[in-house]
Amino acid sequence: MVAMAPGDAADGGWAAVTPEHGSSLEPEECSMEPSAMPEEEMPPSVAPSPAGCQLFGYVGIEAVLDQMKIKTMKTGFEFNIMVVGQSGLGKSTMVNTLFKSKVSRKASQPSQEERIPKTVQLQSVTHVIEEKGVKMKLTVTDTPGFGDQINNENCWDPIIKYINEQYERYLREEILITRKRKIPDTRVHGCVYFIPPTGHWLRPLDLEFMRRLSKIVNVVPVIAKADTLTLEERAEFKQQIQADLKTHAISVYPQEDFDQDPDDRVLNDRIREKIPFAVVGADQEHQVNGKRVLGRKTKWGIIEVENPAHCEFPLLRDLLIRSHLQDLKDITHNVHYESYRVRRLNESNRPALSPLNGLPGKAEGSSDL
Amino acid sequence: MASLFLLNQTAGGRTSPFACSAASFLRGPVEQRVSQLSAVPHPRHHCGAAGAGEKGPFQSDDLRNLSLSGHVGFDSLPDQLVNKSTSQGFCFNILCVGETGIGKSTLMDTLFNTKFESEPATHNEPGVRLKARSYELQESNVHLKLTIVDTVGFGDQINKDDSYKPIVEYIDAQFEAYLQEELKIKRSLFNYHDTRIHACLYFIAPTGHSLKSLDLVTMKKLDSKVNIIPIIAKADTIAKNELHKFKSKIMSELVSNGVQIYQFPTDEETVAEINATMSVHLPFAVVGSTEEVKIGNKMAKARQYPWGVVQVENENHCDFVKLREMLIRVNMEDLREQTHTRHYELYRRCKLEEMGFKDTDPDSKPFSLQETYEAKRNEFLGELQKKEDEMRQMFVMRVKEKEAELKEAEKDLHEKFDHLKRTHQEEKKKVEDKKKELEEELNSFQKKKAAAQLLQSQAQQAGSQQTKKDKDKKNASFT
Repeated sequence: MVAMAPGDAADGGWAAVTPEHGSSLEPEECSMEPSAMPEEEMPPSVAPSPAGCQLFGYVGIEAVLDQMKIKTMKTGFEFNIMVVGQSGLGKSTMVNTLFKSKVSRKASQPSQEERIPKTVQLQSVTHVIEEKGVKMKLTVTDTPGFGDQINNENCWDPIIKYINEQYERYLREEILITRKRKIPDTRVHGCVYFIPPTGHWLRPLDLEFMRRLSKIVNVVPVIAKADTLTLEERAEFKQQIQADLKTHAISVYPQEDFDQDPDDRVLNDRIREKIPFAVVGADQEHQVNGKRVLGRKTKWGIIEVENPAHCEFPLLRDLLIRSHLQDLKDITHNVHYESYRVRRLNESNRPALSPLNGLPGKAEGSSDL
Repeated sequence: MASLFLLNQTAGGRTSPFACSAASFLRGPVEQRVSQLSAVPHPRHHCGAAGAGEKGPFQSDDLRNLSLSGHVGFDSLPDQLVNKSTSQGFCFNILCVGETGIGKSTLMDTLFNTKFESEPATHNEPGVRLKARSYELQESNVHLKLTIVDTVGFGDQINKDDSYKPIVEYIDAQFEAYLQEELKIKRSLFNYHDTRIHACLYFIAPTGHSLKSLDLVTMKKLDSKVNIIPIIAKADTIAKNELHKFKSKIMSELVSNGVQIYQFPTDEETVAEINATMSVHLPFAVVGSTEEVKIGNKMAKARQYPWGVVQVENENHCDFVKLREMLIRVNMEDLREQTHTRHYELYRRCKLEEMGFKDTDPDSKPFSLQETYEAKRNEFLGELQKKEDEMRQMFVMRVKEKEAELKEAEKDLHEKFDHLKRTHQEEKKKVEDKKKELEEELNSFQKKKAAAQLLQSQAQQAGSQQTKKDKDKKNASFT
């Protein structure tokens, strides 16, 4: 598809012009007559305004898309996701279901006893998964102990600290003189927040957490263990949550401010209507109608995880992985990381974070991985 | 099932998650076997990449490879990435270095199959200057912002010592602009219009002998800053056997002078083969033409001579097709990447080291740009302060001096004034004395005068009495 025989040039239907491709004509395209006036001589560092030009034959510029694809498949992708919620809401199961493999920390440390830790600890587990030639390095950060104490004040602090640490790490790498070719990206791209299915409204803890974190990371709220809600209760709960979020001006992913063009907006509006997704996680398979499906078996029926009529897990999975994964990463890089960088570089009086300066905590080598 | 998935992906733009989910439900159980790529799901043991024996990007001992038990769907990631880039558009900047009249503009027109605005330059340019023009091209759904930079007046001067300088300056200026943007606090790199030069087409004149020294010098200066692709221009003036010798001479000269031209990447299996075969033909001997000539029953781009027709897109006639393949269809992305990761990083490193920043060793404390900047700023402020103090001191000194001078002058004046006053008083006294004398004299004169008058009047009276007596006597005598 890349190399076309030279003879085909004139006949190829590449179409800057044909309407059925849906691409609009460049508003300033020059044809035979010099209608567009490109700038003459400029001071070398100023780029002159571009003039549009019409191609008379197939050039092969679109081959650059394939080139890009090949390159990215070779380098692989990184994706870091964080799951936050009280213990027992099914976070680990959900992550396993999402990635159809045992990626959660429980799976990798099966011998550990489950105890509620005294403070919020963050544990990250990294796996490399591959599908159809696309390699992805997936890091799942779990937060056992969140919201489990009696006094939950400031339980979000370790999480915020962790997220900022990742930004700091990236920033350090970026401002080195001799930088690595590819800076390892450990920044959290998405934070899935599990809301307990009370059916009423968001609790103060939820609100506080989401309010603080939606400023520094993409927060995707989900209603956990949604099989305890009937469909009507679910709809009502969602409405209430959406109203709560609006009242408190919490902007969860997909944020309205970052919609780039009208198509995105339409798509994202549809998603926003359904947020938060009501999900059920399951990692066991059962027989339904002769097929093996992932689901939860109860006395009154089998809840199929991937059945859109039963729960909204497919929507979550599609949002996170199939359609908006790159978008999550882009917003993290272009918006959240940049605002962290601005804040950091503006703190001119604050000395660099290093143990030699006597400041605690943020030493380079330590991490919670 | 697989084709259904593909159909969804290529429907243009983003696939709607809702469409995907319906399809995935059907696909879920069936695709279980598809993703069993790693051999054994061993949590702690890393398994080789599927199929290929080479090391993939994430192979390291502390990462686990897992097998998926179903279709997850992130294989659409490259498509998502590409869609994103497509909507943003691509930038590509080409620099054409070559003498006036060697066919740069024509070749660009031929390469991109369009007519770019340009007027041919004269040979009277006093120096080399660079003319950059940007165009927006669109092919299917790919938007390309193409910038073509021309060297106007290259090789025309009598003294060509400094010909390469404007070119190097231009390239550095683009790097600098990008670096400035990157170092800003509030920056917007994702919609930054990248003006760094991605490819430099160096036009070699078809002398048939060897490279000119100007070419060697210029290429040597440019090879660490930009990807150089040398091409032989106006190749229809060289016969086939001469061409072969010419090419090998050029390549050997480049190698012996240590000029690093752009190497087509051979590490990627899909393009390694084609790149390797094309590299053999470097430098490409090209012919450019925008005019079409009827050949057989088709119109083709060609140059018509009385002795025949040189077809541009005929591989037997010239290497134009190879150039187009390499430059646009196969390696455009690699050119951009090399520019960013190699040439730009080199420039950045040199520039920052020049400014005084440096990284420290890993065991000492990490150095932040901010710290260095702060340190420098304080240093600078300190210097500024010192200078200010110095100047202030100098000023004070000068003022003092001036004051002293003025005081001196004042004293002088006062003295003079006193002196004058005294003199004046003496004079006055003298004059007054004289005046007194004069008055006395006047007085005495008046007295004398009065006395004299009195005597005179007495004398007169006596005289008149006498005369009266005389008169009476007289009168008496008569009688």
